[in-house]
Amino acid sequence: MIRVEDVNIRLGEFTLRDINLAIDENEFFVLMGPTGAGKTVLLEAIAGLIPLRSGTIRVRDKDVTKMPPEKRGVSIVYQDYALFPHLTVRENIEYGLHFHKVDRGEADKRLTRMVEILDLGHLLKRLPLNLSGGENQRVALARALMVNPRVLLLDEPLSALDPGFREEIRNRLKGLHQNSTVTFLMVTHDFADALSLAERATVMNNGVIEQTGSMSDIFQRPNSTFVADFVGMKNLFDVTFQGTTASIGGLQIELGQPPGNSHGYIAIRPEDIVISRERLASSMQNSFTGKVIGVIDHGFFYEIQIVLNGVTFRSLITKRSFFEMGILEGIDIAFAFKSTAIHYF
Amino acid sequence: MVKKELFFWITISCGIVILAFILLPLIEMLTAPSFSMLKETLNDKDVMRSIWLSIYTAGLAALISFVFGTPLAYLLARTNFTGKKLVESIIDLPIVIPHPVVGIAILSVAGKNHWIGQLFADLGIRIMGSVTGIVTVLTFVGLPFYINAVKNGFESISPRLENVSRSLGASMFSTFFRITFPLAWRSMFIGIIMCSARAISEFGAVVIVAYHPMIAPVMIYERFEGFGLKYSQPVAVWLVSICLTLFLILRILTLRNQKET
Repeated sequence: MIRVEDVNIRLGEFTLRDINLAIDENEFFVLMGPTGAGKTVLLEAIAGLIPLRSGTIRVRDKDVTKMPPEKRGVSIVYQDYALFPHLTVRENIEYGLHFHKVDRGEADKRLTRMVEILDLGHLLKRLPLNLSGGENQRVALARALMVNPRVLLLDEPLSALDPGFREEIRNRLKGLHQNSTVTFLMVTHDFADALSLAERATVMNNGVIEQTGSMSDIFQRPNSTFVADFVGMKNLFDVTFQGTTASIGGLQIELGQPPGNSHGYIAIRPEDIVISRERLASSMQNSFTGKVIGVIDHGFFYEIQIVLNGVTFRSLITKRSFFEMGILEGIDIAFAFKSTAIHYF
Repeated sequence: MVKKELFFWITISCGIVILAFILLPLIEMLTAPSFSMLKETLNDKDVMRSIWLSIYTAGLAALISFVFGTPLAYLLARTNFTGKKLVESIIDLPIVIPHPVVGIAILSVAGKNHWIGQLFADLGIRIMGSVTGIVTVLTFVGLPFYINAVKNGFESISPRLENVSRSLGASMFSTFFRITFPLAWRSMFIGIIMCSARAISEFGAVVIVAYHPMIAPVMIYERFEGFGLKYSQPVAVWLVSICLTLFLILRILTLRNQKET
């Protein structure tokens, strides 16, 4: 369990302000945010590597704010592995045991278990220099877990890996988490990693926390324009509400119910906007026709930008439907979305 | 084969001129003395004593730099503080000060007119004309070379290695001796070589603080003044060859160490 209470940090020009987080025992928690948001700084502060200006940090109900890093029981794994280059894989993994009272039998038991879970048997005698990225990261994980930490901090552990290794390490992380009592706190800016591993997350920007909540809260119900944009809600509009409708540029968008105490934004995920060459005869309340002004190739998906009354909507379709519909810039196109796909705040 | 451009030939020619400029005088000096003369010099007790004095005072200067300079180099590599640039400039000062000025500056502190000089005199430590004085001067001129080399070495080691070590339970001391030191060892060795090479070549500052006991450069100068070029060359040859051999042996020893780790 980790409690971060009213933490403020100043590092040169950079500041973290009023950070509050409560992470449960054995939870898998994710920190997201753009580069420079302060995610790594927060991680290193929890590890005791960066001093706080104010606030407290608790690990398992113990105030560790004033403790040096070696007393906290918090292991850290970096994106660039940070393996000790002058030690073999085995020496790396066993490094932490020098500083913990662990008898030989127990140490061997842990090593055997790590070697088995992370498939390290053939690597033990080698130097980190000669290992692949995935192998390096497995060694770094084993080294961090050998000392039975209370908390495992992961700083973008998957970002430097090739796609194949990435999925493998992701699955191993999942397995490690399920088979241990350790609390996992991971920094990432990859949504696939976050969604497949974590139960809850925090989005940070510019040194402050924007939103904390379950994964579905963050992806479906962002509470600020920043989070909405960050999680890929590309259709984000400043609107005026009236009854159960939101109006923007003369368009009336049906919400299905009154927006309550929302401030005047609606957001729609691009994959929730359906398009077609003919006007759609469907049950969707919000059905319009606009002009295609842009097509962006995202590999397997195409983003179609449609303008109507000066408002630009973005729809995400598969490559296959893109070619089947024969979409070109400048043509008229019908688009529609369900009122339940609209998120307002 | 593609015809090389004029530019290429200019770069090559300049390179050859520079190599010749460095090597020609050295080769000329090394080959000038006859074999019998070299042998005779080898049996000259004064010469051997001065070469030995040169080597061990330079070695001591490097050792002192190692002990006191390593922590400072670490501090400069790892921390940022106001006035850091100033500290770095102060450390570089001995490189830019003219050598005789270094000698005069040290004497003005170590002389009888200064309270530090008085204190040393009371303790029975003599700077003027003593081995202590020579080592003081050599440390003064050699320190910047050691500190800069080792600072670069520390900077090239990711602080994340130390972070990980500490998060695994190691104190700062354990982290330094288990992780940082073994990884920086090579740069420390280079620093020691740079520092002692600089120290062995010092003449101007030493000659002011201690003409006697005579280190090799002072003896070479004395022989040149008193007896001429012919008599100073053999001493120079021996100094250069012994130093090169020593550095070569050190180099081989550490290269072997590198392979083992």
